[in-house]
Amino acid sequence: MTVDQSREVAVSSQDDVVLVRQAVRTAALQIGLNLIDQTKIVTAASELARNTFVHGGGGFTRIEIVSEGVRRGIRLTFEDKGKGIADIDQAMKDGFTSGGGLGLGLGGAKRLSNDFQIESRPGEGTRITIARWK
Amino acid sequence: MDKIPILRLGRFLLVTIQVDMHDRLALALQDDLTSQIVSTRAQGVLIDISALDIIDSFIGRMLANIANMARILDAETVVVGMQPSVAITLVELGLSLPGVRTALNVDRGMQLLRLSRASEDSDFDRRPIP
Repeated sequence: MTVDQSREVAVSSQDDVVLVRQAVRTAALQIGLNLIDQTKIVTAASELARNTFVHGGGGFTRIEIVSEGVRRGIRLTFEDKGKGIADIDQAMKDGFTSGGGLGLGLGGAKRLSNDFQIESRPGEGTRITIARWK
Repeated sequence: MDKIPILRLGRFLLVTIQVDMHDRLALALQDDLTSQIVSTRAQGVLIDISALDIIDSFIGRMLANIANMARILDAETVVVGMQPSVAITLVELGLSLPGVRTALNVDRGMQLLRLSRASEDSDFDRRPIP
């Protein structure tokens, strides 16, 4: 996989979540994702960027345009140095919440993406990578 | 812009969301609407979301909260104009917006509000208070 383009958006406030949504939309338009796939990846990004801010205490989102063979896609990495997730399986379940939300963020973001990877260690932080291919 | 305007249209309140909302703005709208339902004695709320590109779980929860609070305050809520791509994404995300009534556009939404209030008007509101 090669990275054709990359940019980072710091996520330390609610307004930054809006900036992440806009940056992801721009990248989605650039590779010509259709409207439904654009909406899916932007919605997933919104959920995960909010997690970075609310649960991770802030961090950043990396937005990359990648290609693999003939296909192009968007890869998003959400990283924080927060308290981490002790039980990832439990956190992925719909309805599980530690922050008073609906508990749809992680599972929902996974359903809205083609690839989904999560690494987290209690006390060290969380890194989630998702991708959507054209 | 840190406030979403709420218009009064007879017995109903009309809100058109035209900005990409951060979470604080969504919460402010929820509070503003709730207090305006009481102060204007509105019987219905129409929320036009045709300009919204996405609905994530936070905005979805705000819409459900508004509908539930309005119901407790004796007002109906209708959400209109959802884009098809937004609807598809919402379902995949796992949100079904429980308790939120929807209509295709503002016209149909108004019709729905009038209809749901018409029956009550005829046998209750128009009766003289003894």
